[in-house]
Amino acid sequence: MANPFAIQASVEDGLSIVAIEGFVDAHTAPQFENAIQQSVDAGRLRIVVNCEKLNYISSAGLGVFMSFIEEVRERGGDIKICGLTPKVKHTFEILGFQDIFEMLDDQQTAIQRFNAR
Amino acid sequence: MSSIERKFTLKVPSSTENLALIREFVTTIGNQAGLDESGVTQLELAVDEACANVIEHAYGHDITKEVIVRAIFDSEALRIAVIDEGRGFDPNKTPQDSVEQLIHERKSGGLGIRLIKTLMDEVSYEIVPGQKNELHMIKKIRKE
Repeated sequence: MANPFAIQASVEDGLSIVAIEGFVDAHTAPQFENAIQQSVDAGRLRIVVNCEKLNYISSAGLGVFMSFIEEVRERGGDIKICGLTPKVKHTFEILGFQDIFEMLDDQQTAIQRFNAR
Repeated sequence: MSSIERKFTLKVPSSTENLALIREFVTTIGNQAGLDESGVTQLELAVDEACANVIEHAYGHDITKEVIVRAIFDSEALRIAVIDEGRGFDPNKTPQDSVEQLIHERKSGGLGIRLIKTLMDEVSYEIVPGQKNELHMIKKIRKE
């Protein structure tokens, strides 16, 4: 059964880039959570989540963003979201994420936003 | 379109691994029922949320239990029931906190129910804890 999910974590310009692909649901969200946790544990608190190849996200995935954002900001970092397709963006917007998270068009713009601070 | 009622049932072991199968099931039925693309997307997410709640909360990840998704549609509406025999809960007691408040309290609970209520046209519950719980959701089929 198709439940494709992939995650790639890298460091670019001193920022943590976490690229999530495919379907983030209650089954795959723990892998996403682990990737963010590893970045936070390593003290890399400026995090870009690249969603260009994200097809689907449920509240399990949205909960990952919510569970880290306050700690990350308290420690001087941020989580910025980029590359959302209109369909996936709609899910974020139903819960009002646009008021809490910065959502950028692409990874380069997200990196520039961090470096502009 | 004929107004003959069509009925489908999917019964799967209570594991998050099966959420993909459940989504494929309801997506196929949503298309067959004549929902538009946005309607199918909303249905897919709402049913995923309902089933994830059952798997994680009603059954506590007990894979020996079963989640049942029943779908009935005619030309007017698609009716979905998510049925389990686990721990019931009072949906009216799900938190109404804002997302900001949930973040502050380091909680993310209740998001699924919130999404379901936004995505579907009607939502209701029949709950007998430990015996049978049914979450009923209706998506109206909008004519072109």
